[in-house]
Parts: sequence; structure tokens; C-alpha cells
Amino acid sequence: MSQSPQELFAEKEARVDTAIALGVPDRVPVTCMTGFFPAYYAKVSLRDVMYDADKMIAAWTQTLRDFDFDTADNPFMIRFLGAIMESLDYKQLKWAGHGVDDMSGYQFVEGEYMKPEEYDEFIFDPTDFMIRRYWPRIFGALAPLAGLPPLREIITYSMGLANFAALGAPGMREVGLALIKAADAGQQMGKNAAQFAGVIKEMGFPSTYQGFTQAPFDTLSDYFRGTLGGMMDMFRHPDQLMAATEKMLPIMLRLGLSTKQRGGTKVFIPLHKGLDGFMSNDQFLRFYWPSLKALIEGLVAEGLIPVVLWEGECTSRLEIIGDVPAGKVVYHFERTDIFKAKEIIGDRVCLKGNVPLSLMVTGGPDDVKAYCKKLIEVVGKGGGFILDAAAPADDAKPENLQAMIQAAKEYGRYA
Amino acid sequence: MSQQQLIEAMSTIKEQEALAIAQDMVKQGADPFAILEACKQAMTIVGDNFAKGVYFLPELVMAGQILMQISELIKPLLKEASSDKESLGRVVVGTVEGDIHDIGKDIVVLMLEVNGFEVRDLGIDVPAAKFVEAVREFDPQVVALSGFLTVAFDNMKKTVEALKEAGLRDKVKVQIGGGQIDEEIRRYTGADDYGLDAMEAVSFAKKVVAGGVQ
Repeated sequence: MSQSPQELFAEKEARVDTAIALGVPDRVPVTCMTGFFPAYYAKVSLRDVMYDADKMIAAWTQTLRDFDFDTADNPFMIRFLGAIMESLDYKQLKWAGHGVDDMSGYQFVEGEYMKPEEYDEFIFDPTDFMIRRYWPRIFGALAPLAGLPPLREIITYSMGLANFAALGAPGMREVGLALIKAADAGQQMGKNAAQFAGVIKEMGFPSTYQGFTQAPFDTLSDYFRGTLGGMMDMFRHPDQLMAATEKMLPIMLRLGLSTKQRGGTKVFIPLHKGLDGFMSNDQFLRFYWPSLKALIEGLVAEGLIPVVLWEGECTSRLEIIGDVPAGKVVYHFERTDIFKAKEIIGDRVCLKGNVPLSLMVTGGPDDVKAYCKKLIEVVGKGGGFILDAAAPADDAKPENLQAMIQAAKEYGRYA
Repeated sequence: MSQQQLIEAMSTIKEQEALAIAQDMVKQGADPFAILEACKQAMTIVGDNFAKGVYFLPELVMAGQILMQISELIKPLLKEASSDKESLGRVVVGTVEGDIHDIGKDIVVLMLEVNGFEVRDLGIDVPAAKFVEAVREFDPQVVALSGFLTVAFDNMKKTVEALKEAGLRDKVKVQIGGGQIDEEIRRYTGADDYGLDAMEAVSFAKKVVAGGVQ
């Protein structure tokens, strides 16, 4: 008896949503943060899929035909980046064919894109700071924007109209052309993302998440101040760091809430700088957690489900991070002791993860199945658990991903 | 102002205070090596606190910053004095090919240096052949391979194999570290050890030079 795509979709969605609500579904859901795995699996270069939407759709749908996950990742908004990054001469990534070889995933280029002495300018008007200071540094094609006067001073006939003269400065015409190219590429990304969403729905797959945001501290540290800058600021500029984080919170919240306008419910939030080792619990409680907690609560209050990826390890913070609305939040763990997490926060938070990539890349199917079995039996007990890889499964062995799916089907039945 | 106060200020990460004390010591004509010795003792305390889970990366980074500024301060004085600093051993460090992550590696380099090792830092995205060349020239006891991405697994393995092919594998101990690294990956790459943080790089190197790693 074969199910229609609509039936499959409904079954998978119910399975995942029941687990998120801390209920007991028919069986343990199995999803996979696939990363660039579909490209490797379909044997197309990463360069190809980052620039060619048809190739990307073909590789991703081939993967979904062969791997029966309970959700599908839509790769367009965060992976189909070739044309748009090219048009802006984007500096914060090296990507396939642009700094790394054609088969490599993209890598972030760390830097101090905002100096500590610029905090006050950022805090006064973050958008102005971004357009005239930050964009010129991260987009080579927008460098001339550094010469603009603040746009907020263009107010009325008697204030600011003459400021439009600055748009005639050398290089501004090229900025305009670059923006038009970026606009075209952005529209293409949006169309392809919608197209892909339609394709997977027809295949019977709900999408894993429909929106994206980040912890306010991470946004500041990842993209503006740099990892080391963020750490040093806790000692050298604690008040400004706090003020900037607070300024970032509503920006990150609205970004997450925009998921709703697209009809989505799940917001992906990957975390970077609040992990064990990256700061003490005292520093976490002071600089990191309050704005992240507010972000999570703000999304939940609007009916959205934050899917928080705790990269690295955060076992030492389990007591703290469990303080979120029950049954409304997913925590995806990488190296955190997920068994301990089950004991400490399993009654409030749906747990997701955490088959190690070391096992997925170098182990065999039997190793993977054995690890999954233990996860299912212990962490899956009583529901509230989604089986997944610990981190993007880029170069996992295909047979190991199949083993993870089999494990969910074989050992994960609740009834 | 005394050595003891400098150790106290630096090991509790009071940057301005530590710098002021060091400046005073210089003004009063203190022996630059005594200042350096105080910094070294402070870094040992910081390292111990890190290993104990009292301090974390931000404290290591800040202590490194303080050390760097004090080193700059006394550099002109050290030039006159002799530079017969004793080395505990030699370590080649680098992020393997295909990976451009440097923060973890840089902290490993810093902690190895303040603990008395001579370090040759090959940087990021380092091909296996460059590690082989560095081992030939620098004759280290330890090669430390860093990598954050899963692509690093294979390139660490390649690097270990390249050392073997060059007939150098028996002369060095290889430690790997970063991101997804665990015992599974240690076995896969053929490394001798893996470390979870900078202090584990230091303790491994110390163990190797003491002859404690077979």
C-alpha cells in the first residue's frame, strides 16, 4: 500500500511536530542537516550547485528520493549564493571556485569588521553604521558607500535634499549597477527557494525550517567584532558590548518573526560563541543568555518554534538553558552530552541530534546504527526527540545516513 | 612595584593594572628578564585555571594580549641583554590544507610558546608537503595539526602519511585538534594523540619531550 505525497507529508509533519510538543509520535522522527551532502552524493561540484539552480534542485531532489528523512532542508537561501556574492564582491566567505576548490564547502573569513571605537556609532544608529561603515567593508562593490552622508539627515525640503549630491560621487554609478545585479540575483534566489519548497511538498516532505536568525551576541561577534574581539570586549568594553547586544535583539527578533509572513513556523538559530570553553557561566549569564532567551521567548510568543543548534558543547550550561517555554523549542546538540540533557531539560525542550560526524564520515553503518539505537532508547524514551546528525553531514558516507534512517524505523517505533 | 604584584594583576586579567606595574618596573630599572619571568608565572597560573575550568578562552586571549603588550614594552631592553632562552622542545603547528580556521591554532601556538616551546607556525591551509619540509628543517619533537572542518580529517590523514613516506614519522609525535576531532578521528588519521584545547597541546608536548609517549 503506497501513500500519496499528501499523506506522507501529513504523517511526517505530525511525527516531527508531536516530538517538538514533547509528545509521543508513531516513531522517532529522523531528519538530517544535510549541508552540501546532496552535491557530493549526486557527484556534482559545489561550485556548480552554488551557481546553477537546476543542478542544485536536481541534486537535492535525488537525495530526497533516496533518503527517507522526515523533513527536507531548503538550500537556496543559505547555499545558492554564487551569483549574489559575486555581484557584490562579498568578502566574508571563501566559496567553491572563489578561494577554495570546486568541491569544498564555503568557509567564513573571520575579521574585525567593526573596530571597538566604533561601538558608539553602531549603538546610536545601527542601520546607518551598517550601510556606511560595515557594508563597504564586507562588500567590495559597495565600498563607495563609505563616502555617503548619513541618510537619516535627508528629512525634508529644508533638511538634507542637497545630500543627494553625494550619490553623484565617483564610483556611485558602479554601486548602482552592482545593486541591480544583486537585486536580480536575490530575486532569483527567492524564486528558486519557493520553487524548491513546492517540489519537496509534492514529494511529501515538510521543510526543516522556514526562517533564520541568530543570537544577538553571535551576530555582533561573528560578523562585526570577530571571535577574539567579542572575547576581549567582555573585559575592555563590557558596557558597550551589552548596549550593542541589546540594540541587536529587536533586529534579530524581527528577522526571526519574518518567518511568519512567509507562512512558516520554524526558525533556525545556529549558536557559536556561547558554548563551553568560549566563556564562563558568569559571562554567559551576563553577556549571552539574556538576549538569546528574550529572542527565543519573543519568537514563541508569536507562535513560532525556535530550532536552536548548539554547536560545539554546552553540557555545563544545561541547567541555565532549560529555562524556556515548555514544548515550544527544539535544541539540536552537537557535542553536548545529550543523555544528560535528556535528564535535565528533556521535560521542557525537544532534543535533536547528535550522531557524531566522526562516525558518519569514518565509521561504518553498524557503528552508526549502534549509536542511534542508544540515542533512541535513552533520549527517545517517552518522546520529545528527533534523530539527526550532530552537524552538517556534508561528506558523510551515504550508507551511514541510510543506517541512521533505518535505525529510526527499526528501533524507534513507540507503539 | 614588584614581580609579585605583576603576577597577581596579570593572572587575574587586570589589563590596565598589569601594564601600569610593568611600566613602573621598567622605569625603576628592573631586570627585563625578571619581568618576563613574572609574565611566565602568571601565564602558568592562567593555564592552570583554564585546565581546571575556572578560566575559559576569553581569559586565555586576554592574558595573551597582556603578555604581548608587556613583551613590546621590554623588547628594547632585551636586545641589550643576551637571548639565551632555554627551549623545552620544538613543535611544528599548522591548520591542514583546505581549512582556513586559525583562532584555535593561534591559541595553541601562544600557550606552547609561553610554556617554553619553540614553535614554527606554518599558518592555515597548509599542504602536507609543507609540513614534511618543516619537519626536515626544524626537527621538531611534535607536529600539531589543526582543523575545524570535516575536510580536515582526510588532509590530516594525508599529512601523517606524507610524513611516513618521507621517513620522518618515527621522529615525531603527531597530535591533532579542533572542531569535530575525537578518538575516532585520531585512529582514522593515524595521529598519536588528539587534544580538546590548548592546554592539552602543552601537556602532550611536555610528555613527548620527557619521553613519556611511545
